[in-house]
Amino acid sequence: MSDVADRVRKIVVEHLGVEEDKVTENASFIDDLGADSLDTVELVMAFEEEFGIEIPDDAAETIQTFGDAVKFIKEAQQ
Amino acid sequence: MFDLTGKSALVTGASGGIGGAIAEALHGAGATVGLSGTRTGPLEELAGKLGDRAHVLPCNLSDAEAVEALPRQAADAMGGLDILVNNAGITRDQIFMRMSDEDWASVIEVNLTSTMRLCKGVIRPMMKARWGRIVNISSIVGATGNPGQANYAAAKAGMVGMSKSIAYEVATRGITVNCIAPGFIETAMTDKLNDEQKGGILGQIPMNRMGSPDEIAAATLYLASPEAGYVTGTVLHVNGGMAMF
Repeated sequence: MSDVADRVRKIVVEHLGVEEDKVTENASFIDDLGADSLDTVELVMAFEEEFGIEIPDDAAETIQTFGDAVKFIKEAQQ
Repeated sequence: MFDLTGKSALVTGASGGIGGAIAEALHGAGATVGLSGTRTGPLEELAGKLGDRAHVLPCNLSDAEAVEALPRQAADAMGGLDILVNNAGITRDQIFMRMSDEDWASVIEVNLTSTMRLCKGVIRPMMKARWGRIVNISSIVGATGNPGQANYAAAKAGMVGMSKSIAYEVATRGITVNCIAPGFIETAMTDKLNDEQKGGILGQIPMNRMGSPDEIAAATLYLASPEAGYVTGTVLHVNGGMAMF
């Protein structure tokens, strides 16, 4: 299970250029990690690619934090 | 300069005079081209003339589902999609007081809404590639207005506002979005004008001649090229001086 979190964290760190320890459960991509709205779209695209899932636009809008992303991806994989 | 080797370009309205010239120019610069349009015959003919690196991708731009599917079809056929040229357009001229909702809606749908849908479809792969060129073919009429063309002028002006907004949003990703606004260009459409009409038009053009499709194609090639990487959100007017901005 932690595998998903690690892979998501790696994507976030690479894409947003932030320190790994900043990417905590409740870290908001926009408020805490300095993402702009286009970055969040690109993160979702990267998640889709990494995990081979489709994240529809309305679902993508609910993914605000690192924890949201991990939770969504785990559920999508089941 | 203006080398497009290894790039893939989708051109709508490639069965028409301007679209065909644009496809030919991009192809001549080394790009693989996807020729889209409603009439398959002229597209096949153009593809045959161009030879390698030309793909025929018929699409009815008033069919929303077909439009949404087009970018993916084009990317699959060409192995990528780096350049989009929205050139297709229709007219349903009528004086404004007699213009029906249908005349209005069909022109907005094909000229503006389909452009929006195609832009949306290509931005995802362009963002991933960190490179992209969108060239929307607007019209002088979008800037000056024209009697009998309230629908067409609205669509073409709308294209400019939309292009500038998208240009803002994707500027940091290496994607540029620009418009070209042709004036009067020698095509099948303007061939239908009689001498008196032509004379009237020429009188308004400082260069005293119509433009050629190749002159629009050259402007498109520039905006599609790596060299135009710092040009975004602009409208390039190609009109012989007919209107100066």
